[in-house]
Amino acid sequence: MRHFIALCCCLFGLLSSQAYSAESSTSTSPSANQPPAELAPLMLELTKAKYSKLLPVLKKIEANSDESMLPLFRTMMNGNLYFIKTNKQLVQLIEDANQKTYQGIFSQQLVADLSKRDVSKIKVNNHLRSYLRNAIARIQLTSSSAEVRKNAVRELLSSLDEETVTTLERLYSSETNQTVKTEMGLALAINTARQASLPNSTRIAAIERLSGSLENTARNVLTQLTNQDNPAIKAAAEHALKKITQRVERFGFLNQLFFGLSLGSVLLLASIGLAITFGVMGVINMAHGEMIMLGAYTTYVVQLMMPNYIDYSIWVAIPAAFLVSGIVGVLIERLVIRHLHGRPLETLLATFGISLILQQLVRTIFSPLNRQVSTPSWMSGSWEINPVFSLTLNRLYILAFSLLVFFALVMVLKKTSLGLNVRAVSQNRNMAKAMGVKTNWIDAMTFGLGSGIAGIAGVALSQLTNVGPNLGQDYIINSFMVVVFGGVGNLLGTLVAAFSLGIATKFLEPMTGAVLSTILVLVFIILFIQKRPKGLFPQKGRAAE
Amino acid sequence: MKIKTLVSAIALTGATLVAVPSWAADTIKVGVLHSLSGTMAISESALKDTVLMLIKEQNAKGGLLGKQIEPVVVDPASNWPLFAEKARELISKDKVDVIFGSWTSVSRKSVLPVLQELNGLMFYPVQFEGEESSKNIFYTGAAPNQQAIPAVNYLMNDLGVKRFVLAGTDYVYPRTTNKILEAYLQSKGVPAKDIMVNYTPFGQSDWQSIVSQIKKFGSQGIKTAVVSTINGDANVPFYKELANQGISSEDIPVVAFSVGEQELSGLDTKPLVGHLAAWNYFESVDTPENEKFIKAWKTFKKDPKAVTNDPMEATYIGFNMWVDAVKKAGTTDVDAVEKAMIGQKFPNLTGGMAVMNKNHYLSKPVLIGEIQDDGQFETVWETDSTVPGDSWSDYLPSSKNVIADWTSPINCGHYNTVTKKCSGEN
Amino acid sequence: MSVITQYFSEGRTSGKHTMPFVIILLAVTAMACLSNLYLPADSALHVSTYSITLLGKYLCYAMLALAVDIIWGYCGILSLGHGAFFALGGYAMGMYLMRQIGDRGAYGNPDLPDFMVFLGWKELPWFWHGMDQFWFAMIMAVLIPGLLAFVFGWLAFRSRVTGVYLSIMTQALTYALLLAFFRNEMGFGGNNGLTDFKDIVGFSLQSDTTRVSLFAITALMLAVVFVISHNILSSRFGKVILAVRDSESRARFIGYRTDRYKIWLFVFSAVIAGIAGALYVPQVGIINPGEFSPINSIEMVIWVAVGGRGTLIGAVIGALLVNYAKTRFTAILPEAWLFALGGLFVLVTLYLPKGIVGLYTQLLEKRRTQSVKESEA
Repeated sequence: MRHFIALCCCLFGLLSSQAYSAESSTSTSPSANQPPAELAPLMLELTKAKYSKLLPVLKKIEANSDESMLPLFRTMMNGNLYFIKTNKQLVQLIEDANQKTYQGIFSQQLVADLSKRDVSKIKVNNHLRSYLRNAIARIQLTSSSAEVRKNAVRELLSSLDEETVTTLERLYSSETNQTVKTEMGLALAINTARQASLPNSTRIAAIERLSGSLENTARNVLTQLTNQDNPAIKAAAEHALKKITQRVERFGFLNQLFFGLSLGSVLLLASIGLAITFGVMGVINMAHGEMIMLGAYTTYVVQLMMPNYIDYSIWVAIPAAFLVSGIVGVLIERLVIRHLHGRPLETLLATFGISLILQQLVRTIFSPLNRQVSTPSWMSGSWEINPVFSLTLNRLYILAFSLLVFFALVMVLKKTSLGLNVRAVSQNRNMAKAMGVKTNWIDAMTFGLGSGIAGIAGVALSQLTNVGPNLGQDYIINSFMVVVFGGVGNLLGTLVAAFSLGIATKFLEPMTGAVLSTILVLVFIILFIQKRPKGLFPQKGRAAE
Repeated sequence: MKIKTLVSAIALTGATLVAVPSWAADTIKVGVLHSLSGTMAISESALKDTVLMLIKEQNAKGGLLGKQIEPVVVDPASNWPLFAEKARELISKDKVDVIFGSWTSVSRKSVLPVLQELNGLMFYPVQFEGEESSKNIFYTGAAPNQQAIPAVNYLMNDLGVKRFVLAGTDYVYPRTTNKILEAYLQSKGVPAKDIMVNYTPFGQSDWQSIVSQIKKFGSQGIKTAVVSTINGDANVPFYKELANQGISSEDIPVVAFSVGEQELSGLDTKPLVGHLAAWNYFESVDTPENEKFIKAWKTFKKDPKAVTNDPMEATYIGFNMWVDAVKKAGTTDVDAVEKAMIGQKFPNLTGGMAVMNKNHYLSKPVLIGEIQDDGQFETVWETDSTVPGDSWSDYLPSSKNVIADWTSPINCGHYNTVTKKCSGEN
Repeated sequence: MSVITQYFSEGRTSGKHTMPFVIILLAVTAMACLSNLYLPADSALHVSTYSITLLGKYLCYAMLALAVDIIWGYCGILSLGHGAFFALGGYAMGMYLMRQIGDRGAYGNPDLPDFMVFLGWKELPWFWHGMDQFWFAMIMAVLIPGLLAFVFGWLAFRSRVTGVYLSIMTQALTYALLLAFFRNEMGFGGNNGLTDFKDIVGFSLQSDTTRVSLFAITALMLAVVFVISHNILSSRFGKVILAVRDSESRARFIGYRTDRYKIWLFVFSAVIAGIAGALYVPQVGIINPGEFSPINSIEMVIWVAVGGRGTLIGAVIGALLVNYAKTRFTAILPEAWLFALGGLFVLVTLYLPKGIVGLYTQLLEKRRTQSVKESEA
């Protein structure tokens, strides 16, 4: 088993990187087929130079070229640039499902019969990579797409050297697109503001142009200016900075709120399954965390099986995880919990035993090492609203997903016959039985539902944290806290509790540090439960006892 | 009736414990004290296999002093008190001649009193905080001056970094390393406002706030880097969050001391490309010795994807030095071997010679590598020669004047060169 | 009502039940001690110091199991946080031992423990004062766990937090303490905890005699705690406790302030756990936040469940057996240990609700009825 998985793992590693490089190569514009003849000696030099000597060569290439060099720079930045040892031709590595192929960097044509031994990699380090990034941006300043031009200007903001500024000045007057022109204007204003040789009035005008801008570079330049002797400049800079700081603080607050909501959504996902098994059925399921873990491992296995379609793997993983965890849940209910009905403390112990067994099982099958789960490309990166406020996409999706799961669950309980039966059994088991409800079957289904949802939570968590045997343990205590705090048997309570605990933790964190904020929240819950033993939203009526 | 149960239970327990262990005198016993279960099993189980492989190789070469080497493997289960108990078991019950073991500092600290009491010998193969030197332990992992200081030098000199975030898990290794680094950076003229120190608990999984703080700290127009002593499990979510918040290795490089090939094997390394790590060994280093070692390891594990890492090399050097020292001493007696160990030389897997110094630390080369998308490191910088491990850091006020020297006339693990006094019992 | 009267009428013969246990325990202890000290090491009957230390550890666990059993088996309060009281007792002892190191630490600072020198602290934090006095540290070892139990119990039992809620709250308590003690700023040595102890009230911890004495003291304490617990539980107070377990509301309606009974029993149990912790630390040589981990606390419960809850002897047997199995298993089949432990949890709760002692009684009962039947036939 282990060998099979290792094999799959190795295959998967190859394939996933293929998806990545293929994507980056398609975005390259195949405008020119051959490098200009005058660059040929420079190309040759690329293959000879060592790390430290590469930079001047690249600079020369950039100076003598146009957009046709983009594929070269991009490939090099991604670390896929190789050259053929015999004829020094530059090639790009394309990793395919089960083989590595190479194609000419300019010709875009496959070079047949090349093996790993025939080529040699042109290495890059951080130094070169950051140079290449800027170089690509400089070349893109003249791109035909306005969007590309705009991003290029923004990329260059943090490294405004003389060369860049001259290029920008030249392009500014001829720029037709208004947004691009504004960005360029900002860049030039930043440059003007810090030129001590220019007259005050010009500089102050530039500083005013910067006020309200959220760009880091603008802020940094202004901060530097407030430390200067020139009183007029200093005052103008301070004024501009004040405006900026206010805006930044506002966005900082929003940022923290998002962090809190995101933590809340993780807590909600982790505890919502428990809200069903514990809240509705009254079963203390200490193996709940392991249901989450099973869901995460299911994601891993699904990705192993469809290595070429990582982007879609999540959509397969969600139902798969629901089924896997759900079935395990039903089994646990049928084999163990059923026999312990009405003895909650014993159930707690037995399910703890089950959690130990499941952990060790996973450790034996998948090894104790963490497993690698890839993030689909549509979930990576962030949605940048402005330079100081951006939302990371994975967390944003998980937030939305948690709410979706929550409402879907509420609907299941409210609108389906299964939900009706579940509620009936939880309110009055004997009466429900008398009315012909198959309580045994309902118990199994409810437990399966709760466990299945925990499995879904595992899919989401696999995108945020380690997929390893201990995954579940990290969340079990918090999940119990959320359910108890919200009020057992009340789904809405769980929702409110999860988000309020998440937000509270995140707002405390900057003041107290990560550990202390967790401790404080725990102590708060302990005290709160003493005051209101049934949580925020206690169950009312007969069902309560 | 209850009494009978009790009697039988106690009798059973007593009988098995009292039973005198018998040991054959025709083998040399080597204890292996690495966690095979619990949280540390992830890292430590590979070291257990390394020792077993080395013993097998040595036996194939005809053993040692004409005897076969017999491994005694126990599982301290990532439980620190259990480390002490198992060490005692190995030395007094199994009568092992040497122990290879421990990973975390706390497990080493737990074993130390037992080693001193029973005069055992242990080889400790993991990078750690230093500030210790015991007659009974040989430290083959890197001290802070063999990992942290060269890394920071690289950041300052080659990458032009002027602002530092020292981020670590809250335990003794990051605390000490960061303390040393803080003192070192300030001595190099980095003002205190340009150093941010942050500690997080073990297994931290929500890095949003901290990464956003780092981002803010790093966006002030001065080149910033993160020096990470974040431990094990917390690394995956940390790097994921960095990538998602749009921090690339060109913007704010992260240099890590606890991320090696083994840790990377459980990670999607694409977002990590370009981030750095400092070690004394990388699997990617191309030498004949290393090639042989990697091949042997893959064959031993029967897994073509098995990776090697720095603590494994430290185990390899430690084991071979011990073998040579036993040969030199002609006995496995702890005191004789301890004397013979000092000055032992053995070739590194990355080239050059490792030397065991008088303070029980090794001289080793330091390498800095960039993470590649295949989970390996590309060496971008290395020291010209080997660096001797410094047991008591020169940058901490409490240990500035302290050295360790286990040869006469000093013979002390904590010797103050100013007051000429030996203090502490280790 | 009938339940209560039934308990009241049941035997008050404390000596009859405790004496055999005490005698066996002390006899075995004495034999082990003597054989360690006076028999030559190569004798077949010699008990090595390693075994003595191991036995000492088991006895500490047995005492801890006793503490859990008192509240769970007799009062129905399932605490998943007893590790906290155990660890606090241990820390009190650890602090004393730490202060005893004096200037023999690595840094040779006579006033500060090593880890404080290393953290750059200039003076001893207030809560470390007095800890260099043995008597003071020992008072703290029982006072701190007792106080925590009192505050927690006072809050929880008065507002009638019961059943699983209480279990989860106790778990949260030990989890919060775990996180807190991990912090280096707390002044308890962070993750490394307290270790490298040298001596206790002037005796070197590394000598065989000290180890044997510690073991003997542990056995003695276990016997004392056992007898006291038995007497308390078979007193009037104990009968009310049993009544609370079987039906708290009935006991309350009769007029007992059940919350007070529960609080004091909880405090008593926490104090026992504290003593066990204080005895544990010098024998294993280290105390660190890992002892607070919720898993540990749950494991204690399983010792009691295996042995048989509701009987003091069951708790002791369970602790000894499970821990002995653990020592064996982790040496032979480390991978299988968690399977075995997990399976034990499930099987015991499903098929052995009264534990080994219960099973034994059951078998005996069966045989008796059988023989009665036979004689009738």
